Amino acid sequence: MNAINDSLVIMKRQLLQLIRIPEVLIFSTIQPVMFVLLFRYVFGGSISTGIPGVDYVQLLMPGIFVQTVAFTLAGTAVGLAQDMEKGLIDRFRSMPISRSAVVVGRALGDGALNVVVLLVMGLAGFVVGWRPSSSIFSIVGGFAFLLLFGFSMSWIGVLIGLSVREARVANSAVFLTVFPLTFLSNAFAPTTGMPKALQYFAEWNPVSTMVAACRELFGLTNIFGVTADSLPAQQPILMSFLYMIALMVIFIPLSVRKYKSSTSR
Amino acid sequence: MKSVIARDLVKVYKVSSRTRSKGEKSAPKEVRALDGLSLDVEEGTVLSVLGPNGAGKTTLVRVLTTLLTPDSGEASVAGVDVIKHPDEVRKVIGLSGQYAAVDETLTGWDNLVMFARLYRMSSAAASARANELLEQFSLSDAARRPIKTYSGGMRRRLDLAASLIVKPKVLFLDEPTTGLDPRGRQEMWGVINSLVDSGVTLLLTTQYLEEADQLADEIAVVDHGKVIARGTSDQLKREVGGERLEIVVEHQHIPAVREIVARISPNVVIDEDLRRISAPVSTGTKALMEAVKALDDAGIHPLDLGLKRPSLDDVFLSLTGHVAESEEK
Repeated sequence: MNAINDSLVIMKRQLLQLIRIPEVLIFSTIQPVMFVLLFRYVFGGSISTGIPGVDYVQLLMPGIFVQTVAFTLAGTAVGLAQDMEKGLIDRFRSMPISRSAVVVGRALGDGALNVVVLLVMGLAGFVVGWRPSSSIFSIVGGFAFLLLFGFSMSWIGVLIGLSVREARVANSAVFLTVFPLTFLSNAFAPTTGMPKALQYFAEWNPVSTMVAACRELFGLTNIFGVTADSLPAQQPILMSFLYMIALMVIFIPLSVRKYKSSTSR
Repeated sequence: MKSVIARDLVKVYKVSSRTRSKGEKSAPKEVRALDGLSLDVEEGTVLSVLGPNGAGKTTLVRVLTTLLTPDSGEASVAGVDVIKHPDEVRKVIGLSGQYAAVDETLTGWDNLVMFARLYRMSSAAASARANELLEQFSLSDAARRPIKTYSGGMRRRLDLAASLIVKPKVLFLDEPTTGLDPRGRQEMWGVINSLVDSGVTLLLTTQYLEEADQLADEIAVVDHGKVIARGTSDQLKREVGGERLEIVVEHQHIPAVREIVARISPNVVIDEDLRRISAPVSTGTKALMEAVKALDDAGIHPLDLGLKRPSLDDVFLSLTGHVAESEEK
């Protein structure tokens, strides 16, 4: 019970930050909305969906949702690295609080931020013509799925943030890994146009699997190239769950262990 | 009763070449941050751990506050073994570090309430305690402002307030005034002194000899991970013994005066910033007369001249053979 209480206090701290400096929230929503507009109007016209009767924005939105929540780990990593720099982690560790609360609270707080971000993006998508064609149940499920994905990605961020200890380094480390992952995927363009080797990589890329799962939940049929028979192509939702569970099983224990032993400088 | 006991603490860091200052190369080397350090603090007293940067002060505080496990040795705080029962220790200590370890985007009030909640206080109790502490540390007016708008001194006071939420039995202050301006330091000393009056056991680290002199009942001088001397400020001064001849002159006269003083006593110390030349003397006023005469012969008019009882600087110098370095990090 104490662990839950402690985690919620830490999570509340992050929500308070959003109220105290609303700029953070504004900027963390402006960027994805900008991506929506860019891809919708700048590249969208020249990217073919490969599916008759489905315009690009339907394909794009799940891609951008996934990209945005994948980047949750940047916020987690930078936030924790800052706490390390400031000595706040030392203070928490010298207090009689649950050993997992600080990192669990952080991941939950970043998850809560995603709720707002996804809401704003969903509305932006709606304005530019995104119309999910599935049932309301599936749509809500899709968003829940995205939140869970953000939460599981956060744990990579926890480990990075506690390991690098410097906010700037954390930021570049995250950007260099997540950015290519989101583009070497089906998020912005069908993989069918990629060289074969890359298609295999792209389809097994968790980002693609997530995007495919979201598209399915939002009522689209996925199309695949050479990898159409693979497990991620056949069962994107199941596969995504497996990926998320794997992420959490690996990174939660590692992160908690790292927290227990980490002191700033 | 001893509130803090440390016995033969050893902590060795492996310093990789990457984190070492530029210009130095060679294979990773070991730094013995704590090298068999032992000390204790009597309940209700203030012990100042005095030493230059890199002496092992912060490492000691980290071990005693359960942040770091020593390689060997034993330690207990308020009668609880630090290594075996860290959770119990955490319940009875307060820690305030070298920098304000608070969330700068939140207000002072937000921070204190958050910490109080983490100590499992109810919402109402947390809020009441936050108000009480803000009042006690003269921060009530700034309670609703984000910490980033606070001055250095205010941040430290808030940080200190955060370490006092549950009225700890033992309080650890790691260089509480490092980086503060003289006014901020003075304020901090006032605050710490009033805490001491309330009876808390305090272990304080500092590089400032003056600070140790001001705040502590006892001083443990630490160098290279060991306690090299221990006693009250007076005892330590007596250990060095004797009086000092001190002369302050215009900058251009420093070399000439150095020679004059060297003729009287060989161990001349020069403080360029203060334009002060000093040396231990055993002959008291006779040495003073000699100096006056020699200065007069050389046509130098000193800005200040006198015999002083030894300062802690002198203690440090005579114990370690080097001046307490307080500048670089």
